[in-house]
Amino acid sequence: MEKSKHLIELIDVSKDYGGDVALEHINLYINDGEFLTLLGPSGCGKTTMLRLIAGFILPSSGMIMMEGKDIARIPPHKRAVNTVFQKYALFPHLNVFDNIAFGLKIKKLSKDEIERKVNSMLKLVNLEGYGKRWVDQLSGGQQQRVAIARALVNEPKILLLDEPLGALDLKLRQEMQVELKRMQQHLGITFIYVTHDQEEALTMSDTIVVMRDGVIQQIGHPIDIYNEPKNSFVADFIGESNILEGIMLEDYRVRMNGVNYRCVDAGFGKNTEVDVVVRPEDIDMTPPEGAKVSGRVASVVFMGVHYEICVDAGGYEWVVHTTDSAAVGDVVGISIPPDAIHIMKKTRSMNILDCEVYPEDGEIYIDEVAFPCDNIEGFENKEEALVQVTPADVIVTAPQDAKLTGFVKACMFLGTHYEITVSCTDNDWIILSPDFMEDGEEVGLAADPSKLVLIHKNDA
Amino acid sequence: MKRTVFSYPYIVWMLLFIVAPMLFIVFYAFTDGGAFSLEPIKAALSAGYLKVLGHSALIALYTTYICLLLGYPVAYILSKMKKAVAALVSVFFIVPMWMNFLLRTYAWKVLLGAFAPDLLYTEAAVLIGMVYNFLPFMILPIYTVLQKLDKSYIEAARDLGADGVVTFMRVVLPLSVPGIVSGVTMVFVPSITAFAISQLLGGKMTGMLYGDLIYNKFVIEGSQNVGSALSIVLLISVLVSMGVMKLVDKSHEEEGGKLW
Repeated sequence: MEKSKHLIELIDVSKDYGGDVALEHINLYINDGEFLTLLGPSGCGKTTMLRLIAGFILPSSGMIMMEGKDIARIPPHKRAVNTVFQKYALFPHLNVFDNIAFGLKIKKLSKDEIERKVNSMLKLVNLEGYGKRWVDQLSGGQQQRVAIARALVNEPKILLLDEPLGALDLKLRQEMQVELKRMQQHLGITFIYVTHDQEEALTMSDTIVVMRDGVIQQIGHPIDIYNEPKNSFVADFIGESNILEGIMLEDYRVRMNGVNYRCVDAGFGKNTEVDVVVRPEDIDMTPPEGAKVSGRVASVVFMGVHYEICVDAGGYEWVVHTTDSAAVGDVVGISIPPDAIHIMKKTRSMNILDCEVYPEDGEIYIDEVAFPCDNIEGFENKEEALVQVTPADVIVTAPQDAKLTGFVKACMFLGTHYEITVSCTDNDWIILSPDFMEDGEEVGLAADPSKLVLIHKNDA
Repeated sequence: MKRTVFSYPYIVWMLLFIVAPMLFIVFYAFTDGGAFSLEPIKAALSAGYLKVLGHSALIALYTTYICLLLGYPVAYILSKMKKAVAALVSVFFIVPMWMNFLLRTYAWKVLLGAFAPDLLYTEAAVLIGMVYNFLPFMILPIYTVLQKLDKSYIEAARDLGADGVVTFMRVVLPLSVPGIVSGVTMVFVPSITAFAISQLLGGKMTGMLYGDLIYNKFVIEGSQNVGSALSIVLLISVLVSMGVMKLVDKSHEEEGGKLW
């Protein structure tokens, strides 16, 4: 399984249907013998990707390399891939044997060989003696097996499976999951599996590709995807999770829901807005005495093995999975070990700046310049705090018209506008501009007093 | 209130206009001057009349065959079009059907008389008239089946290595058999019983058709007994041919798409 040979590679593949973008600049390689799952909600582009590899649709741009050749424009019947369709698509006018033999007959194999291959396939999928049956006489699970046999008998390099277990009931689905994995390991064929079922993906795959809106969110081993989701979407889609907005104060220190925590992540920079994921099973419920955070139990649901308990703590409802029970209304402590806190980059940028508060003057000092600020109550005089302002709310002026000036450090085009980083005395500001700005250019910055949101920096 | 109540008017209608006339026909076929007799049936089964039946069946087969050859590709092309376009195009096939078929046949008489007088009053003219009149009944059921055909069957065939031609021959064509059977039935039955078309376009040049024969017996000769017997022979022939068609269709019953 550890052969690192790229069997198929998608290079900058995009697909749009008359302006509706289904896939956007996909880059993905798949190794020989890999069980790769495309996972995402409906409409994320996973089926489109599968159909591109099968050859039923052509990409709008990009290449699909297979064994050194671009196959993007080769018709499906000339590709060494076979598909197991969502609703099986077994031919209703043929019996089980002839369905499986369909591909072999086209290849003009001898009668004996066809018979031998079909029978060995029937054996592989546990349907010996079913050759003469009509497909509508089979149960859903049996039809599923025939569909797999019909594809596998052609000995494809890659087997594509489009939500193949979606129509089966839970028990059968779980059995088929095990069986599919067994077949894949036994035959050593590369599987590309499309599903929206995260559990299925986690159970079977060597690699999971999480997709959303035609864009790959994360590629990785199931364990990595689960434990280290790259963003809040992945975290939310894979398993249950508590997702909070947080501020990475410095390396190994994150502030969320008004409390500072130690964590094991670093490299996000100072005062960076981040998303924080905490898995419900990683949270410990403790007695309220001496706990850093405590809250009131809002609901308790027995889930079979564990309880799912919602704890309302300071405005955030934590979901906790624990084998300990609690009663609604109990006050409990919540303890989150540092390694349970997963920090993820936020895609949306936000200015979070160090400041000093002077409530009596109604002003805050950012970068040693006074800014009038509303909503200043509750802060002490000269308190060191954080001020939050969205880039769109920062007013950009000529340097001579502003009290605070800074120099352009970076300018990035974002399709419709530029995102510009301006370096001032203490902070880097992010601003938006319709025009390009040269590095080193001096600009003036201002902000509406109502748009500056203050946040305590230290625990009260 | 039982819902079967709503079927009463229909049952009355059927009794009055379908069952009663049939009983009359059976009565006349087995009587002569009011007394039971097998003479009308014997007359109807005479070699001369059976020859007319054979001739009619042959013409009906030709008509069906030509309709299938013309209709299938049209239905196939229609099914490949976008739905809105297909709906517009099929109007061209349907609109002539809104006109009385006698008028349409008269139109052919005029057209052939003007542009191909040699063809008029021949068997070919009768065939043209029949194909023209019955073609939509071939196109529509086939189109319905093709259009409902699950595209994943085609994709599955392509996926398994079949090119366009093989996919058509091994998947599309077999799966459209229910439509073909419907179309064939809907063309063959009215063709074998047709009478006005052959009178208008065939004139007296060709061998008589069975429909004309029955018409003559009833209207011209006033011989209800033999006419009724001929009708029963025709009815049985049609039922037998439909039974044969059903056998062909048997393995495709679940596919649906039939018009009845």
